[in-house]
Amino acid sequence: MKPAPFKYYAPRSVPEALSLLHEHGYDAKVLAGGQSLVPMMNFRLVQPAVVVDINNIPELATIQGDNKSLRLGAMVRHAAAEKDSLVKESAPLVHESMPRIATMQIRNRGTIGGSLSHADPSAELVVVTTALKANFRIQNQSGERVVPASEFFVGLLMTAMEPEDLLVEIEIPPLPPRSGWSLKEVARRPHDFALVGVAAVLTLDRKDRCEDARLVYLSAGDGPISAPEAAALLQGEKITPDLIAAAADKAAVDEIDPGSDIHATAEFRRHLANVLTRRALEEAHQRALGGKEEI
Amino acid sequence: MKHKIIGKRVKRVEDPRLLTGGALFVDDVNLPNMLHAAFLRSDYAHARIKNIDTSQAKTIPGVVGVYTAEDMGDAWEPGPPLVSPPPTLENVIFNSRRQVPLVKDKVKHAGEIIAVVVAENRYIAEDAVEEISLEYEPLPAVVDLEKCLEPDSPLVHEDLDSNLAAHLIQQKGDYQKALATADLVIKKRFHLDRGAAAAMENRGLVVDWNEKDQHLMVWDATQSPIPIRNGMASRLGLRTHQVRVVAPFVGGGFGPKIMMFYAEEMVLPWLTRQLKRPVKWIEDRRENFYATTQEREQIHEVEMALSREGRILGIKQKIIHDTGAYDPYGLTTPLNTQSHSMGAYDVENYYSELTVVFTNKTIVTPVRGAGRPQGIFIVERMLDFAARELDLDPREIRRLNFIPPEAFPYNHEIIDQAFTDLVFDSGNYLPAYNKALEKIGYDKFIQEEQPRLRAEGKHVGIGVVPFIETTGVGPYEGARVAIEPSGKISAATGVGTQGQSHMTSFAQIIAEVLGVEVEDVSMVTGDTAEIHWGTGTFASRGAVVAGNAVNAAALDVRQKVLALASKVLKTPEDELELEGGQVRAADIPEQSISLGELAILANPFRGAVEPGTEPGLESTKYFGPAYGATAFGVHGMILEVDPETMMIKIHKYVTVEDCGTMLNPLVVEGQIHGGVSMGLGNCYYEKLHFDESGQLLNASLADYLIPSASEMPHIEVIHENTPAPNNALGTKGVGEAGAIPVPAAFMQALENALPEYNLEITETPLSPNRLYELLQKKERNK
Ligand SMILES: Cc1cc2nc3c(=O)[nH]c(=O)nc-3n(C[C@H](O)[C@H](O)[C@H](O)COP(=O)(O)OP(=O)(O)OC[C@H]3O[C@@H](n4cnc5c(N)ncnc54)[C@H](O)[C@@H]3O)c2cc1C
Repeated sequence: MKPAPFKYYAPRSVPEALSLLHEHGYDAKVLAGGQSLVPMMNFRLVQPAVVVDINNIPELATIQGDNKSLRLGAMVRHAAAEKDSLVKESAPLVHESMPRIATMQIRNRGTIGGSLSHADPSAELVVVTTALKANFRIQNQSGERVVPASEFFVGLLMTAMEPEDLLVEIEIPPLPPRSGWSLKEVARRPHDFALVGVAAVLTLDRKDRCEDARLVYLSAGDGPISAPEAAALLQGEKITPDLIAAAADKAAVDEIDPGSDIHATAEFRRHLANVLTRRALEEAHQRALGGKEEI
Repeated sequence: MKHKIIGKRVKRVEDPRLLTGGALFVDDVNLPNMLHAAFLRSDYAHARIKNIDTSQAKTIPGVVGVYTAEDMGDAWEPGPPLVSPPPTLENVIFNSRRQVPLVKDKVKHAGEIIAVVVAENRYIAEDAVEEISLEYEPLPAVVDLEKCLEPDSPLVHEDLDSNLAAHLIQQKGDYQKALATADLVIKKRFHLDRGAAAAMENRGLVVDWNEKDQHLMVWDATQSPIPIRNGMASRLGLRTHQVRVVAPFVGGGFGPKIMMFYAEEMVLPWLTRQLKRPVKWIEDRRENFYATTQEREQIHEVEMALSREGRILGIKQKIIHDTGAYDPYGLTTPLNTQSHSMGAYDVENYYSELTVVFTNKTIVTPVRGAGRPQGIFIVERMLDFAARELDLDPREIRRLNFIPPEAFPYNHEIIDQAFTDLVFDSGNYLPAYNKALEKIGYDKFIQEEQPRLRAEGKHVGIGVVPFIETTGVGPYEGARVAIEPSGKISAATGVGTQGQSHMTSFAQIIAEVLGVEVEDVSMVTGDTAEIHWGTGTFASRGAVVAGNAVNAAALDVRQKVLALASKVLKTPEDELELEGGQVRAADIPEQSISLGELAILANPFRGAVEPGTEPGLESTKYFGPAYGATAFGVHGMILEVDPETMMIKIHKYVTVEDCGTMLNPLVVEGQIHGGVSMGLGNCYYEKLHFDESGQLLNASLADYLIPSASEMPHIEVIHENTPAPNNALGTKGVGEAGAIPVPAAFMQALENALPEYNLEITETPLSPNRLYELLQKKERNK
């Protein structure tokens, strides 16, 4: 379990990193926390000729915010986001998702940008940023573009980024008032990738009717899997247990597309998705009603 | 005897070094000029090798050599049979097929070694492995324990006419007769699956042939340094004094590190002699999943005959045991299953037929528990089912069947893993069982808590299971104890240390006997330069077999001390006492001499050592028990299951342990904690998934799930003491105990938490997905 030979660069600035990525293109891999990349290199599943280590670029590791958005630098570690009070206030769903990611040791190294660039359909941040309609700020030598989550994740471990691109920042808009959220998942051990999970976001109008609902699933297909039809069942309605059950059935039966592996069959994953959708919608609903302190 | 140091909660003297990174492990050994080995391992479980081309690999800069079986010439020979089949049994079939250093023509399990690269570093060595080109002819794999015995099954060993590795029957009494008088007969089929030992440290070897000295120095992460030394010497045509094997600190053994002569242990010594340079190989985690031995897959067809009152009249079982591609370790594991399938109970009639099969999977040898968890699982599960059928309290049926205290020594009339009679030396089961029930609060739970929790919609259940463990078997171990001129004690034993706290608990024995502090004793384990004879650390035998050898040697040294001091102090021996590193007259404390001064006097530079005496205050003694010491214990747990998500949480865990006289309760508790974590792995987490082509689908710690700290319950350990009558210390083993009853207790608790489903769980491990399937099946049948 030793990687194949590679050349190693440790740029000190974003332009320097972008120039290296431009020069080496397909041969290069960005190294962030290394928690996904290094194991793959050690198993020789990927053999990049060039590694561009972006750990020495402090401006990529900042957390900023105003009333328009929370902005997380790509190199913000999971552990830093977990402890940050601004994240907790302005994006509680992101805050809550952190302890579900791997172990503390891995969160100390792993980064927000690394997780999102890796685009593992089992990653919490992938579904959470989708549910929160985050935007992804991407740079390369010729400039910058901002891509919404709905266009960023394009397939299994695939994003809208090209080899020359660097993800620099993720912008997360705040939820409207009277919104509730929930992230529910089932993992074999708390620190494992979940067998299945769901992020739910609900916004109520003044009459407690559902104004907006979003359900996004992890480990349920080739990317973050949204369930718009289930969400549509809720739209404009008062949330009741029956309605929640109907939405859960809809999502679990018709909208998600989980696979089978040694840990769970597709059937069991659908069953779990159903159970978790109910629990997530109940919690999100309670929070939207203000039934539980929004912390 | 009242002990001052034995039995005290002495903190482990080895911990400061271990915790500050100051302990030597094999990977810490770095020698000048050292080379590194990497292996080309088979991708297939079963395939014929058509062609190997190493020419490209040899051209990579930094590569020193690439070798295949052919290159080994006459040095190529399979590993030795570690344990032959029991000679005392009749009609035993045993086909011995042993692992090879490098595969010649046909690979028999994925991960088997085909070629080795030696290079200046491990990175280059692995680069070169990728450049070896190999042509295989894949063959259908033998995977299923029952299908492999069908006439049209492919053969693992083509020189045999079937995949049968062994067959034997053990019986006592007359099961058929018991059956005829039974009021109830229960029949069940069990399937227990395979797991890994997953020690924290993988295997590793550094070998260094010194041509001028004609000496081979070996560091090996093994549980068995002396047999490794003996075997390496004989394989290489050397004398034993030309080989020194050191098993330094080893990060966990759990059984597989006693599998003697892994392929790597055959290849590396040969390489260093060829190259006359040190060679290192450290197993990585992926290799560990394929190459390090595993255990537990067995299929059981079990019958239990009972009276209406719940007395067990007889047990009959047919066991199919998977030994993997080879069977170097003989029948140890399934013999343990046979001898534990009657549990702690008085069973008069027993019939146990064992069939061992070869499959295209990693070799099976004992893993902590070693066949015992399977036996206990079977008998305890059968009793649970019987209690339900007979409408008896699960506690009553157990109490009714325990071997009573007056029946010891209790002869089971079959043989155990050591080929000696299965005799339980001593025990007092009922009070310990009742103690466990009391500590876990069984009555209160059933009467008050469970109904209250159910009313809240919570599914919480209780399981309490007693078990026995045969421990401390022969053949023997030895120890050498010596007083140095400094007055400090040096001691050595041949067993290796993989976390068992030998440096502390053995030091306690010596400190007790010689009247010194524990810190004054320096205990060496696992170095063949320090002691010549020994077998190794296995079968929960260190404290019993090596411990009693240490005790005997220390007592002998004490005798020498007294004899010499008596002369020097002109005081009769029986008026002398050893305390604080001094020998003194009991009633005239100023009349004393230190152990150090005595050691100097015992090794005079001039004059003569008296005829019939030996120089020094030193002794080497051996201990070999006629039969083992049988420990007893009870595990109880209260767990909660969410029947929607199948997630399980353990709320309370209590164990009662009777391992006879304890050397150090802290160490015993540590053993239990570790054992329980392995046991929980076997219940719910740990399963090696082999597909139908013999491929292991989860060869990484991301997919092979080991319980971690966050899954571990708090464990309360309560001690009982029924001293072993057949050794001076009264010790019984406890190294494996923690793992043995856990699955039986877990399944009992789980069924108790879900009474509406009336589950009868006969398999391990039980993943959430599998539990879901079982519940779905019950739902459909409702
Ligand atoms: C045992 C284990 C358990 C885990 N469990 C979970 C879990 O439960 N949930 C979860 O979400 N994750 C889990 N992870 C993954 C973990 O969160 C990783 O840290 C994360 O997926 C990758 O982040 P990283 O910073 O380590 O990225 P790296 O490993 O450094 O990089 C990952 C990929 O992204 C690319 N990349 C990184 N940064 C950028 C960038 N700024 N621009 C463009 N490309 C970039 C790299 O080139 C690489 O291809 C687990 C990991 C391990 C080892």
